[in-house]
Amino acid sequence: MAEDLPNSFMTGPDENGRFGIHGGRFVSETLMPLILELEAQYEHAKTDPEFWAEMDYLWKYYVGRPSPLYFAERLTEELGGAKIYLKREELNHTGAHKINNVLGQILLARRMGKTRIIAETGAGQHGVATATVCAKFGLKCVVYMGATDVERQAPNVFRMRLLGAEVHPVTSGRGTLKDAMNDALRDWVTNVRDTFYCIGTVAGPHPYPAMVRDFQSIIGKETRWQLEELEGEGRLPDTVIAAIGGGSNAMGLFYPFLDDKSVRIIGVEAGGHGVDDRMEHCASLTGGRPGVLHGNRTYLLQDEDGQILEGHSISAGLDYPGIGPEHAWLHDIGRADYVSVTDMEALDAFQMLCRTEGIIPALEPSHALAHVKKIAPTLPKDHIIVVNLSGRGDKDIFTVARHLGVEMQG
Amino acid sequence: MTRIDARFAALKAEGKKAFVAYIMAGDPDIETSLAVMKGMPAAGVDVIELGMPFTDPMADGPTIQLAGQRALDGGQTLQKTLDMVAEFRKTDDVTPIVMMGYYNPIYNRGSEKFVADALKAGVDGLIVVDLPPEEDAELCIPAKNAGLNFIRLATPTTDDKRLPKVLQNTSGFVYYVSVTGITGSQAAQAGDVGPEVARIKASTDLPVVVGFGISTPEAARTIAGVADGCVVGSAIVKLVGEGKSPAEVLARVAELAAGAHSA
Repeated sequence: MAEDLPNSFMTGPDENGRFGIHGGRFVSETLMPLILELEAQYEHAKTDPEFWAEMDYLWKYYVGRPSPLYFAERLTEELGGAKIYLKREELNHTGAHKINNVLGQILLARRMGKTRIIAETGAGQHGVATATVCAKFGLKCVVYMGATDVERQAPNVFRMRLLGAEVHPVTSGRGTLKDAMNDALRDWVTNVRDTFYCIGTVAGPHPYPAMVRDFQSIIGKETRWQLEELEGEGRLPDTVIAAIGGGSNAMGLFYPFLDDKSVRIIGVEAGGHGVDDRMEHCASLTGGRPGVLHGNRTYLLQDEDGQILEGHSISAGLDYPGIGPEHAWLHDIGRADYVSVTDMEALDAFQMLCRTEGIIPALEPSHALAHVKKIAPTLPKDHIIVVNLSGRGDKDIFTVARHLGVEMQG
Repeated sequence: MTRIDARFAALKAEGKKAFVAYIMAGDPDIETSLAVMKGMPAAGVDVIELGMPFTDPMADGPTIQLAGQRALDGGQTLQKTLDMVAEFRKTDDVTPIVMMGYYNPIYNRGSEKFVADALKAGVDGLIVVDLPPEEDAELCIPAKNAGLNFIRLATPTTDDKRLPKVLQNTSGFVYYVSVTGITGSQAAQAGDVGPEVARIKASTDLPVVVGFGISTPEAARTIAGVADGCVVGSAIVKLVGEGKSPAEVLARVAELAAGAHSA
């Protein structure tokens, strides 16, 4: 198997949680024993058929997997080039890919005897997924969400509260995802004995980046067999594309294709108002440099003194100054390409998908669609692009309306 | 022997407990924080912990978060913090200084360069919250090789199995975190702390100093009584945040120091 080859891209991280220079375990001593315990539990669960049997059952009957791989015919026609498939993660229960990972972590938390779950959330999709699974299993759930995001993602805040979660608006910093993660870590260090921190992306201290990737890689695994089984295709995609904040939906799609050299892998970062010296963006790879934050080394938006900068994105889910360490490594070694698109380009792509396919995408995957809009017309008609449609856009309609100059009563 | 080693040896000879005080460098400006720092030895401070401000202080409560924010808003940088130490050393060559903070600003400067610059400025030790023993190669080993003490935090979750790993490359003293939590959190309980300190002391000859959740002279006395000393941070930083003058801040520092020294 490809995984066994010494030159495989799929063997990381090493025993210290490193992907090249990235990753690691940069946490306070209070958390270290817990992280080591989590790693041991995860290593055990990973090879336990019972664990995966439970996951498969829940993925199928609770989440609704497999999510369809859908040929976007009118979008393909409109762009007039490559053939575009959408991996419909937005059809999952709770409306995004986030629940794939949450189920895995909550099952682990139950195995570890933890009774209280905490999570950080940006757009609210991870918070909603966590609140949902906690409700299902009768676990106490506390979600940290930046005050700015509480305001711009009000429907998700209400959803979480309906599901029985406590939502704590975080006012430190600029009140976005980074600050929510700080407060979640502060909660964890305080309540370390009964609390499990359910991280929503492929970042944080080892083993989180690898664990979240493994739970999300169901996306790429399904894509692979769906395309192989599809009448008239029966092959690998030529390009896979996903949007990146922390990078969990992207890692989930990319990972099973890392060793297929013919597959071009493209991650799309949030370019905000444009990737330049003003730093009004969240493109950590294209506009940042390596640093250490939230338990791992990775590319970060930071000033010349190593202070972390607040990025900007129209999308709350991408508004994070870092990126998962495995993406940082894939960028360093050149296995994946990372590009950025601006808020305006994402808004255009958002409307394009509504109009051509009758699908309202979240602002996060709208970034991936914006890049597809750029490259598809330049590619031949037999070139297959798979885009991860990681979430649905209901939560974003107020933000989009505001940008389009439409007044709506919330 | 660093100034830290010398200070603890002297305290031991006198039969006194150590009083360690924290202040955030550059809060709210260099003049104020340097004035407090310079007045600390006369107020009874045995070891000064100088906070390096960071935008994302994940182990700190609101008091120290805000102090770091004030310092950064005032234009504080790592270089300016090192310059403060050099300035302090012009008039005091004996009081140990430990720089405390988070790794990213140090990594950004380069660990080797930072260690050399810190030594040159007159720093004696480092406490870097987000560098556990698993990441010793990053900074701990270069610091140790250059002659800086790397002071490790031991916590209530550091069990007997893990303790040797935590102590392995630690020097100067061991900083026992009295509670699972962030700085400025609930009060430390001597009944809980005493046995933990004894457990650590059974495995090391280094002094064990207790911090987190100590905010009054009485608490300083009680906690120092079951250890080799205690650390007060948030309770001092809070006064700076309230706009108290260096003299007012130092008056309280003297009361806290007297508490620890009466143990």
